[in-house]
Amino acid sequence: MTRKRRRLLMVGAGLACVAVATGLALSAFDDGLVFFYSPSDLAANRPAPDRLVRIGGLVEDGSVVRGTGREVAFVVTDLAATVPVRYDGSLPDLFREGQGVVVEGRYGTDGTFQAVEVLAKHDETYMPPEVAESLQRAGVWKPGRDGKAAQ
Amino acid sequence: MIPELGHYALILALLVALVQGSLPVIGAARNDPALMATAVPAALAQLITIGLAFLALTWSYVVSDFTVLNVVENSHSAKPLIYKIAGVWGNHEGSLLLWVLILAVFGAGVALFGGNLPERLRARVIGVQGWIAIGFLSFSLFTSNPFARVFPPPPDGQDLNPLLQDIGLAFHPPMLYLGYVGFSIAFAFAIAALLEGRVDAAWARWVRPWTLAAWICLTAGIALGSRWAYYELGWGGWWFWDPVENVSFMPWLMGTALLHSAIVVEKRDALKVWTILLAILTFGLSLLGTFIVRSGLLTSVHAFAVDPARGLYVLALLGIAVGGSLLLYAVRAPALKAGGLFAPVSREGALVLNNLLLATGAGTVLLGTLYPLFVEAFGGGRVSVGAPFFNLTFVPLMLPLVAIMAVGPLLAWKRADLAGVLGRLKLAFLLAVAVGVGAFWAERAQIMAALFLAFAVWLFVGTLVEWAERVRLLRAPLRDVWTRARGLPRAAYGMSFAHAGLAIVVAGMVGSTAWKSEATALLAAGQSMTLGDYTLRFEGVESAPGSNYQSDRATVVLLLDGREIGELHPERRFYPVQGTPTSETAIRTTFLDDVYVVLEEGEGRGRWTLRAYHEPLVPWLWLGAAAMVLGGLLSLSDRRLRVGAPRRARAGSALAARTA
Repeated sequence: MTRKRRRLLMVGAGLACVAVATGLALSAFDDGLVFFYSPSDLAANRPAPDRLVRIGGLVEDGSVVRGTGREVAFVVTDLAATVPVRYDGSLPDLFREGQGVVVEGRYGTDGTFQAVEVLAKHDETYMPPEVAESLQRAGVWKPGRDGKAAQ
Repeated sequence: MIPELGHYALILALLVALVQGSLPVIGAARNDPALMATAVPAALAQLITIGLAFLALTWSYVVSDFTVLNVVENSHSAKPLIYKIAGVWGNHEGSLLLWVLILAVFGAGVALFGGNLPERLRARVIGVQGWIAIGFLSFSLFTSNPFARVFPPPPDGQDLNPLLQDIGLAFHPPMLYLGYVGFSIAFAFAIAALLEGRVDAAWARWVRPWTLAAWICLTAGIALGSRWAYYELGWGGWWFWDPVENVSFMPWLMGTALLHSAIVVEKRDALKVWTILLAILTFGLSLLGTFIVRSGLLTSVHAFAVDPARGLYVLALLGIAVGGSLLLYAVRAPALKAGGLFAPVSREGALVLNNLLLATGAGTVLLGTLYPLFVEAFGGGRVSVGAPFFNLTFVPLMLPLVAIMAVGPLLAWKRADLAGVLGRLKLAFLLAVAVGVGAFWAERAQIMAALFLAFAVWLFVGTLVEWAERVRLLRAPLRDVWTRARGLPRAAYGMSFAHAGLAIVVAGMVGSTAWKSEATALLAAGQSMTLGDYTLRFEGVESAPGSNYQSDRATVVLLLDGREIGELHPERRFYPVQGTPTSETAIRTTFLDDVYVVLEEGEGRGRWTLRAYHEPLVPWLWLGAAAMVLGGLLSLSDRRLRVGAPRRARAGSALAARTA
């Protein structure tokens, strides 16, 4: 085998790998991507009811209602719009009223967000960037030093 | 006073780096021995000055010096000593100092143990290390000074995030950084070789041990981090495809490819240009990781405080380092002479395939990690790319890799007989099919799990077969086998351990993803819940004070077939300084499975929610990772790689010891 043919073979194998990876990636993008909505976005532009999306904002004060077992209902707000959320599962340790939260789930046709997961937030003062941004757009939150919420 | 000395030492370190980055490189270009000789003392001075700065910061933490802003923000006088020390690198400024300290350790390592390197190569390698040090020391001094003061000093600090107050913090970041930063040596060697215009087998023999050392640390670092996330976060998972996990995983994939292609350069004098590129890309991905963690661009559990100025600075560093070295590569690489020829079916061919698959795999992880940034930059809104994406792209690419891992080591160099090799793997194939079919039979729904388990068996048995062939097990008398087994180079054992370790890890991944079960119940004292074959009896919760927290500690008795087999104590802790609650999981580990219990918030009237997971084969993840690390260490201790070992003196001292 000549040097040229060997190089051709290696380039061919490389291209084949890239082609397979591209194909896999394109097909995975169909259901591997999760879009983020603020409550205002959700009111303006409703995602398909079977589509997994994320919403973020603050847990509205006084909105958390615990049911039997682990069922819980609460309201997520960006202070311009609100979304009622239902969830049956474990809440992160730092979940509480008035704090930032990111919820993954599906937005039903009845206007209730059925959560699959409430994402853990690992720091008292850390605000998920998506939430910070949507709150900033609603004009209620000013980034303090180091992006931590000014209390 | 001490913080000022630390700050001063850090400034000195930057000045030393300027010397280290210029004089030796100029000396190498002019072939001036006097200038090149500055490399070694400069690298050592670098280690001493940064070491002093690091000690000064550690001291400020240990004595809780609240005139230092960094200590105020991340420490508290009541924090246990171990977390005061580990807290030094639990924040952006301190971890950056650790980063440059490790860079200096590696630079000094080359200076001390590189005595047998050609002088020009050593001067250039240390010089390139100096360039990296200039970039990161100025980053530290100008944007993230760890020694900034506050006046008036507050009476006490704000404490460290309770999730970080764990023994994991003491080991995971330093290990990970040793890996990340260790690849800077391979990078420096690659740049030096491009400047030199020469790559040969000797070059590969010098690069390999450094790459291997970095790889060992990165493997251990990732495994420790995964284990930490597993027991600390309380979700029973060990890998979340979180951006920051991904950025540590990409250099690992590339570094693994580099490790294997360097073998081809060393043994067969081929793939040189490719190996240089891999060295550049591996370190480039490490820098990308540093950038992502410190820019706050991506949402992550690890994100440090967000500051656009810092992000921009690291982005500039990344651009200069990767762009500059790729430019140099484009200009100089065509001049490198191509080496040995080989047929597609050969050990080289298998290693090329390994490299292609690993590089493509790293590419898909990169795509998934950075995709949200692209979408946002082009106005497509916020998206996140979750586990499903990686499971559909990265995972299928790794299946053929595992398949060829069993075949590759049996192939001969240059040209191999594939049919013959596959014939020798008949046993591995039969066992793999048997296990796969068995697993499918036991649980029809889990066809992917059965497939992956079969691949794991194929790799494990294939690795054993390769070893058995080398020692002629069952073909030669036992005494002969024993001599051969002892005579095999340690690097061969290293390969066997690392490959078998990966097989064990894959089995662990399958077990804990496919057969994991979960149960949750609200229980009063004395009530029970079932979890698979196990029964958990809740005995109640008692409150107790901890070192710097208040704890609610539950007692849960674990029963199997009505017999008590253990007691678990999950906790909920409350850290008053930061006002945060955390859960401490309790895990009962056996060789085959973990029972994992989390205590959730109480309902008030003596009833508590318990969440429990049964995680089959999870211990194999850590076991397999340990085998991989052990394999790396064995290979590193191979005398062939101990390029610094002066053999003659060794023989002499052995003789002296005998006569004495």
